[in-house]
Amino acid sequence: MSELQRTPLRDFHAAHGGRLVDFAGWEMPVQYRGILDEHRAVRRTAGLFDVSHMGEVDVQGPDAGRFLNQLVTNDVAKMHPGRVVYSPMCYPDGGVVDDLLVYQRSPEDFFLCINAGNIAKDLAWIRERAAGFNVKITDRSSDYALLAIQGPKAAVIVQSLTGAKLGLIKYYHFGEGTVAGIHCLISRTGYTGEDGFELYHAASDAPALAEALLAAGAAHGLELTGLGARDSLRLEAGYPLYGHEISAEISPLAAGLGWTVKLDKGADFVGREALVREKAAGPARRVIFFRTGDRRIVRAGATVLAPDGSAVGTVVSGTLSPLLNESIGSALVTAAAAAGPLAVEIRGDLLALAPVKPPFVPLKQGGVA
Amino acid sequence: MSNIPSDLRYAKSHEWLKVEADGTATVGITDYAQNSLGDITYVQLPKPGAVLKAGDVFGVVESVKAASDLYAPVAGTVLSVNPALQGAPETVNREPYTGGWMLKLKPAGAPATDALLDAAGYGKVTG
Repeated sequence: MSELQRTPLRDFHAAHGGRLVDFAGWEMPVQYRGILDEHRAVRRTAGLFDVSHMGEVDVQGPDAGRFLNQLVTNDVAKMHPGRVVYSPMCYPDGGVVDDLLVYQRSPEDFFLCINAGNIAKDLAWIRERAAGFNVKITDRSSDYALLAIQGPKAAVIVQSLTGAKLGLIKYYHFGEGTVAGIHCLISRTGYTGEDGFELYHAASDAPALAEALLAAGAAHGLELTGLGARDSLRLEAGYPLYGHEISAEISPLAAGLGWTVKLDKGADFVGREALVREKAAGPARRVIFFRTGDRRIVRAGATVLAPDGSAVGTVVSGTLSPLLNESIGSALVTAAAAAGPLAVEIRGDLLALAPVKPPFVPLKQGGVA
Repeated sequence: MSNIPSDLRYAKSHEWLKVEADGTATVGITDYAQNSLGDITYVQLPKPGAVLKAGDVFGVVESVKAASDLYAPVAGTVLSVNPALQGAPETVNREPYTGGWMLKLKPAGAPATDALLDAAGYGKVTG
C-alpha cells in the first residue's frame, strides 16, 4: 500500500473505523459501518464523504470562457459568476476524456473539478487544447481537500456552522464563506441525488472541518460514508461514472447524456462534428438502466443476452439497491437490442433485465443541472 | 479483531464446523469471513439431500463487493439449510456463528475433522 496516494483525511478515516482500500491509486475508505447502512443514512439523514482525491484545475485569463466552451460539450458561455455546470469533455471522435464540473468565479476565472483517476490525462489534454488561447491552466489538486455532505439534513448541519445564507445558494450554484471558521467554496452539488454540499477548502484544514461537520451532524443522524455507498447512491440516482457509463469508447449521446451536448451553442467544440453525425444516425450502442427483481447482483462485465441467446452487450455497473432491495445496474447494448427483452446469466440461471428510466428512486434533487 | 469461538473447527477457506451431540454437523462462515466480505446481500445454498465431498463448492455468498464460493469442510449429506438467509442474508454479518448458520450435514462416517483447524490454528490464518 506504500505507493498509494493519501488525502489529508487518511488518518481521520483510520481513526473512525474506515476500511481503507486502493481506489484509483488512492488509499480511500470504501466503508465505515457498512455500505448498505451508509447508503440508507444519506437517503434518510446525511452522510459525510471525503472526496479529496478528486482533481481541481484553475482556468484563468481573458480567453478562459471561450477556451472552455470549445473544450467541453455543455454551454459555458451562458454561465454567470456563482454558477456550476456539469459537462463531458470529448475527444474529436466523440468519446469522453472525462466528465467534470465547471465553476465560474468571474468571467475570466474558472475552476474545474475532475475525476481522480483522470487527473494526469486531463491536464495533458487541457494544456494541449489550450494552445493559441490566452489562458493559464493550473493544477490545484493537491492544494484542495473536498468534503461532500449529502442528504436531507445536510443543509441544516452546514448552516449550523456558517453565517453564509445557504438558502441563497441554489442547486448547481456556489458561494464562498467560512464553515466552522474554515474558508470554503460552498457548492450546492453532489453525486447522490440528495440535497447537499461539496465543500472545497485548503488541504491543511481538512481534519478540522471533517471533525466539525461530524460533531455538528451527530444530533441529526449524520454518518461517515465511504466510496462504496457513493457508488450505490450514484447508480440509484442514474448518474454516470467515468469508465462505466461513459468512457473513451462511450460518447455522451450513447450514454443518454444528450442534454449535456449543446451542438448549437455556437462554438465548434472538440467532438462536435462526430457527435452531430452520431445524433443524425442514432448511436450504434446505448447505455440502458435495469432492475432485476432479484437480490443477486449483476456485476460489471456480465454479458447481456437477447431472447435468442445472442450477446448484445455488457453490464457496465451493478449493485444492490438498498432502497428497492433488488439488484440494479446499467449496460451498454446495441441500439437494435435496447428496446427488446434482455437477460443475463448468473450461475446457470437466466435473469431478466427490466428497463428503468432513472432515477431508480424518487430524488429530492433533480438530475438536470 | 475477529471472534473465533474455541468450540468450533475451521477450514482455511473460512468456513466453521460444529459437531453436535447427535453426530450431525452445522456449517457456516467465520466472523473474519463476514467482515472481509462486507454487507452480505445473497446466500445461495444447496437443496437438502445434496451429497458433498470435503472441499466441494456447496453454495455462494454475495456481498456488495463480490461473490465468493462456499466450500464443504467435511463430506456429508445436506439435512437442511438455514431458511432465514433467503430473506435476511445480513444475518450472516450480525450472527455468523449462531443465526447465520448455513447447512446442517449428516457427515459421511465419523466427521474427518482432523484436517480442520482449531481456534488457535485458525487465528494464525487470519493473523
